Amino acid sequence: MKYIFTGILFGIIMSKSEAISWYRIQEMFRFQSFHMYGIIGTAVIAGILGLRLNKTKFPPKDRVWKRYLFGGIIFGTGWALTGACPGPIFVLIGQGYSVMLIVLAGALLGTFSYGLLKDRLPH
Amino acid sequence: MQLLYYLQQPWPWYVSGLSIAGIMLILAWQGKPFGFSSNLRTICSIAGAGKVASFFSFDRKSQYWNLLFLAGTIAGGFISQQWLSSGKPLQLSADTIHDLQQLHITFNGQMLPAQLGWTVLLTGGFLVGLGSRYAGGCTSGHAISGLSNLQWPSLIAVTGFFTGGLLMTHLIFPLIF
Repeated sequence: MKYIFTGILFGIIMSKSEAISWYRIQEMFRFQSFHMYGIIGTAVIAGILGLRLNKTKFPPKDRVWKRYLFGGIIFGTGWALTGACPGPIFVLIGQGYSVMLIVLAGALLGTFSYGLLKDRLPH
Repeated sequence: MQLLYYLQQPWPWYVSGLSIAGIMLILAWQGKPFGFSSNLRTICSIAGAGKVASFFSFDRKSQYWNLLFLAGTIAGGFISQQWLSSGKPLQLSADTIHDLQQLHITFNGQMLPAQLGWTVLLTGGFLVGLGSRYAGGCTSGHAISGLSNLQWPSLIAVTGFFTGGLLMTHLIFPLIF
């Protein structure tokens, strides 16, 4: 139950931050507004302080670079095209944007393809 | 009702940023890593993808909390739309409106333009799904959790996110729109 509640808060925050807007993502990639940089910057600084206070450490990720760079670039092209990363896809579906179901279908296909191609991709 | 009025307005970036960090910290205190795209893997696994790729055979029970979080996220979108919306279009920069106009994309005051066809949406979704699993995380896992935890790989991934986004926006958009 507490996870559903945290998810509801997340959905509201993403809606009110306007980070789920395709237009805001375009504005960000065109460097025409501080809005998105302000959101991400504040979240990271507050996140660093919060995790320090609580001495939380997540399990370290693999010390490789190819998967992060190549995977990251692929993700970035999709982010600019759809204006939505995985969280906002679901927030927008909740808001009644049924076209986002197409994006969701694509994202599930992409995830499935990674599972098939995993051993053939450089990591 | 004054509070409701403020909630209905678009939130300033620092309020949004602090709130997003708050979500990540609430989950971290419960011992759960904030990472939304893991849910896509779980959904594939539930749909039976484990039969064709071992990547989808894992302990799904450990991810059920994240699916509940996902269900809440959809409900949060619905609640915002129904009761917390100011009803006004967002304040998009005039430069962005102008640049998009050059690509024949109109700012309609909605969350996304009507000009995006199903091929663009499906392809974009595919790239988001493939890229987030290849990179081992999306904006929540790498840009928020990973950078907050000063993880070097997350900085590489976020650099990739922006490289990909800039390539798409400045080189590929003029070709496809």
